[in-house]
This record gives sequence, C-alpha cells and structure tokens, in this order.
Amino acid sequence: MSKFKKQKKGLPPISTASLPDIVFMLLFFFMVSTTMRETELKIIQPNLPQAHDVKKFEHKNLVSTVYIGKSVDPTNKGDVIQLNDKIARVSDIRTFIYNNREKLQEEEIPFMTTLFKADVKSKVGTIADIKRELREIDALKISYAAVGRQD
Amino acid sequence: MARRILPEINAGSMADIAFLLLIFFLVATTMEVDGGIARKLPQKQPLNQPPPPKLKEKNVLQIAINRNDQLLVEGTQRVEIKDIKQIALDFIDNGGGEGNKGVGRCDYCKGNRNPSSSDHPNKAVISLKSDRGTSYGAFIGIHDAIGQAYTELRNRVSMERYGKSFQALIKQQKSDKSQKLKDKIKTIKELYPEIVSEVEPTGN
Repeated sequence: MSKFKKQKKGLPPISTASLPDIVFMLLFFFMVSTTMRETELKIIQPNLPQAHDVKKFEHKNLVSTVYIGKSVDPTNKGDVIQLNDKIARVSDIRTFIYNNREKLQEEEIPFMTTLFKADVKSKVGTIADIKRELREIDALKISYAAVGRQD
Repeated sequence: MARRILPEINAGSMADIAFLLLIFFLVATTMEVDGGIARKLPQKQPLNQPPPPKLKEKNVLQIAINRNDQLLVEGTQRVEIKDIKQIALDFIDNGGGEGNKGVGRCDYCKGNRNPSSSDHPNKAVISLKSDRGTSYGAFIGIHDAIGQAYTELRNRVSMERYGKSFQALIKQQKSDKSQKLKDKIKTIKELYPEIVSEVEPTGN
C-alpha cells in the first residue's frame, strides 16, 4: 500500500536553484554591452540614411549630437532641431557647443565632433544653417550619422 | 557544535531581484553605437581675405543637385546617384598631368590620362553644390558614393604597395599602434587625398 502511494506523488519539482545564476548572467551581459539612454527624443525617431563606410566613434564624450527631423507635435511644421532634451533654434547651437566644450579638457577641444542625426527627408538647408554656425565658432569636425550598408 | 545547525538563507527571492535589475537595464539602456560619415568644415575666412587661387576647370568635378534631388555633373550631364561613383573614380584616377608639390606625373593612376580631365589625384577637387530644398538622404548618397570611390582607389594602391587593402590597414590600427603602420596609412591618404568641397546651398 505504501509503495502505491509513493508512486502517485509523481516527479520531484525541478530545482530552481540555478535560476538566479542564469538571470545574473543575462544581467551582466546587458550591463556590459549597452549604454544608458541619454536623451528623450522630441522629434520623430529619425530615419538615418544608409552609407558604406561608416566610422564608429571611439570617444563618446567628444561627440555632441544634433537631432534634425519632424517634430512629434504636428502643429510644429518643417524641420526642427533638438539639442539635449529640447527643441532649439539654429542660434542655440553656439551655446550648446560652448557648454559641451566646458566639460572637456583644453587639449581635447579640437577633437570634438558634432554628429548630425538627421532624417533622410529633412532638408539640406537646415543642416547648412547649422554648419554655418559651427564654422563661426570653429567647431569644424562634423559627422553625418548613417547606418552601415553592405552590398 | 551549534553553528552547524544554522539554517540556510533562503535564496528563492534572489531570482526575483535579479530579474528586476535585468528588466531595469533592458528598459533604460540602448544597444546602438553611433557611427557616421566624417567630414571637416572649412575654416572661417576673415572678411578681407584675398580670394583663393583659381583652380583650373579641368581639375574640378562639379556635381550639382537640385531641390527635386536631380543630379547634374559638370553643368551638362544628367546622371543618377548610382553613376556618381564611376564618374568620381574616372575623374580622380585620370592622371592627365603633373601633380601639386612637384610630385610629377601620377605613376600609380590607371585612368585614361585624358588631358581635359584632372591632372593628378592631389589636384582633383570634387565640388558638391546643393539646394536648400535638397533632401538629406540624397545629399548623403552623393557623399557616400564619393567616399566609396576614394576607398576603392585607396584599397587598390594599398594592395599594390603593401599587399593589404586600405580598410584592412585601418582595422589593423586598432590593435597595432606602431609608427610604421601609421606611416603606411598616411602615405596612402596622401596618394589619394579626399578633397570634397561643399558649396553653400542656393535657394531658400
């Protein structure tokens, strides 16, 4: 009788003792391979153009990103520029670059790069205006953000 | 003796804590790495600057793009973006005359040596003129095509001289910081210097 009862209990539960280890492993993987989201986009996620030789940045702190695209707010027509967390005007570019320069060492300033993250549908004119401002303040290194393409 | 019978700490909630952290990192971080096409803006010119020396017309390849993203090369020829790479290649690699800085004829060029096209890769300037209404995608497309032309030429000359493509040399630079490698890269960049000039866009 006792033998019969034991069999009815069925399989022992699967041990979950190694579950934390697995989850920790995943956690460390994500902590190492990702970077913190820095800014919240106020424009529609720009659809970046494709290009063949895309150079990756080695020093992220030397990059100041300018977003160009359509505003999330549909009443705001045309191309808008986003700096840090706000929609800005072309004339704000100078202050933006000056602020970023202040965070860096003197000798790093010539290596500062301005990265344009612009939507494929935005206009060259907007970017030309920004470039003119950048020339005025001697921030000459620029980069056009693009996604890599192989063919 | 009493120590032996200390109860084990219950680790059952460890998984929950780890999951919580994991989800936090999944939400708060991104995986993308930024990359782009690097360019350098020209320095600001003082107001009473003497005008820059005139370039010979044959050493300048004019590419114009209008607000409807239509291309015009040398003011006459209507082309598509996909043709730009070949046009740029032929133009840069022409080697029809003597180069700057007394380097003489281009002995590594494989072009047609057409006397009415560029003299030497170090004299060949590609001028890109856009309209304010040109779309950014088309604009980058041209930049990319020009970049590809230069990469192809640099790869070729690098293969001939060092048995390795230029892109392989650049990749090698990540692990190898030797002066020799740096000099190689510099030499190739001097053989085919990337000279692209952007004209202030027209229109409003």
